[in-house]
Amino acid sequence: MDYNLMREFADSWGLLTMALFFVGCIGFALRPSGRSQAEEAARIPLKDD
Amino acid sequence: MKFGTTIFALALFAFAALVAAGFGVDEPFRQHMWVLFLVLLGFVAILLRNTNFQVAPPIDPSAYMDGPIRYGAIATLFWGVVGMLVGVVIALQLAYPDLNIQPWFNFGRLRPLHTSGVVFAFGGNALLCTSLYVVQRTCRARLFGGDLAWFVFWGYQLFIVMAATGYLLGITESREYAEPEWYVDIWLTIVWVAYLILFLGTILKRKEPHIYVANWFYLSFIVTIAMLHVVNNLSMPASFLGSKSYSAFSGVQDALTQWWYGHNAVGFFLTAGFLGMMYYFVPKQANRPVYSYRLSIIHFWAIIFLYIWAGPHHLHYTALPDWAQTLGMVFSIMLWMPSWGGMINGLMTLSGAWDKIRTDPIIRMMVMAIAFYGMSTFEGPMMSIKAVNSLSHYTDWTIGHVHSGALGWVGMISFGAIYYMVPKLWNRERLYSLRLVTWHFWLATLGIVVYAAVMWVSGVMQGLMWREYDEQGFLVYSFAETVAAMHPYYVMRAAGGALYLSGALLMAWNITMTILGYQREEQPLPGSEPALQPAE
Repeated sequence: MDYNLMREFADSWGLLTMALFFVGCIGFALRPSGRSQAEEAARIPLKDD
Repeated sequence: MKFGTTIFALALFAFAALVAAGFGVDEPFRQHMWVLFLVLLGFVAILLRNTNFQVAPPIDPSAYMDGPIRYGAIATLFWGVVGMLVGVVIALQLAYPDLNIQPWFNFGRLRPLHTSGVVFAFGGNALLCTSLYVVQRTCRARLFGGDLAWFVFWGYQLFIVMAATGYLLGITESREYAEPEWYVDIWLTIVWVAYLILFLGTILKRKEPHIYVANWFYLSFIVTIAMLHVVNNLSMPASFLGSKSYSAFSGVQDALTQWWYGHNAVGFFLTAGFLGMMYYFVPKQANRPVYSYRLSIIHFWAIIFLYIWAGPHHLHYTALPDWAQTLGMVFSIMLWMPSWGGMINGLMTLSGAWDKIRTDPIIRMMVMAIAFYGMSTFEGPMMSIKAVNSLSHYTDWTIGHVHSGALGWVGMISFGAIYYMVPKLWNRERLYSLRLVTWHFWLATLGIVVYAAVMWVSGVMQGLMWREYDEQGFLVYSFAETVAAMHPYYVMRAAGGALYLSGALLMAWNITMTILGYQREEQPLPGSEPALQPAE
């Protein structure tokens, strides 16, 4: 495994995987059914002490 | 026997340190091992005086474990004052070189003491104690692993003492923000893995189904620092009984490794960890949920994916390949968006309660911290643009930028968190004095403004003088002339730092009195209590 091989992997499949994972995270966070869950999660610190 | 194994293990390590002090191959290493021996011996003596043979009372597994957090809050304040004091001293050394006291207290040895002191000792202890406070309360679970938290706390303090004394003895790897030598690095690795197990174990045994976003930020900080620390410090000791080691990398690879570490220390130690603090303590102090929880998730993932690539902007116009420099610049500019998203999220948490900025000095401190987070994450990407960097790099502008982030964001948010935590940790009704908090706020803010503004002027002047050519193509100024021109700014910078330090001293006084259980008789702050209308 030399430098060029790693470099080519990084700027093709590696880049694609990371970009898709990132877009997936954003999409998951913004999914319409997540709104109520997010509001509930935001209240976690305020529930008690 | 209480502390039985600990005493035995510490005594064993103390003996090993004594042997290393005897057989060390270089003088600084032998001195350093004497320091270690005396510190460990002190620990053993203290534990022996506090041991007993009674059966330990059973521990309530449902109660939070706050002992190490109380120690951590005190350690944060102590190291904060020490680190800032050293900062003022080295600022004065730059202005008045006669203050360099050879060999232990010259600028070259005190400067890493200052950076490590404020970043790792002050900031690190603040992160350590707040993370353990937050993870228990948002997971509703006691810390994992029994006395593991105590090992992490005291192990981290030992790391700080060894790092600090090593610098003064002249032991250094010369890697920015990672100066400790190989044996101190190994110790930190052990402590850090224990910290990871402690934090992750607590998350795994949580009773709250959802992992609150502050814990995501704290966890990313712990995991990333582990990775950065191990890779950046890969080195071969010249002797296993000596203080010198050689890096596994050389040349430009070494430079990039160092700044991959260095910038992500900023990104994950000084940003992600403290964002965890923001996402818990701002909602708590304001008593309102975070403005947008979903924005905080996006903030998290964007920071994770972008920060790690920004390091090469520290190596513009060097032997680093051009494409790598441009990559670092582009990712730094992209960081604008998540940083400002996070800043807006923090500030808007106060929407509908803006009056608290006027009436609650702790909220005011946190808001100032978030404002400085926004300001320094605007300035940073701007400075990473190559054209701007050609003026700003190697000048005082960089120092000013770092301090607006460190004093403004990291310092202020930590102060706010400690002011919030301490009355709760010691079951006090309130702080000793809120008016002192107001004083602290203004001293600190004024100090930062003086510091940053002075360093902008000084840095831009320095950069312009360096690049000034005459009509025949000769440089107009010698280096010494630029240094002489900066003297007044160096004096003003020291004054700004002294203001900030005096604010921290007020805080130390206020917190000490709070812990001791005193409450200052004082007029309530205007607006903090409903004004009574006279009956007519």
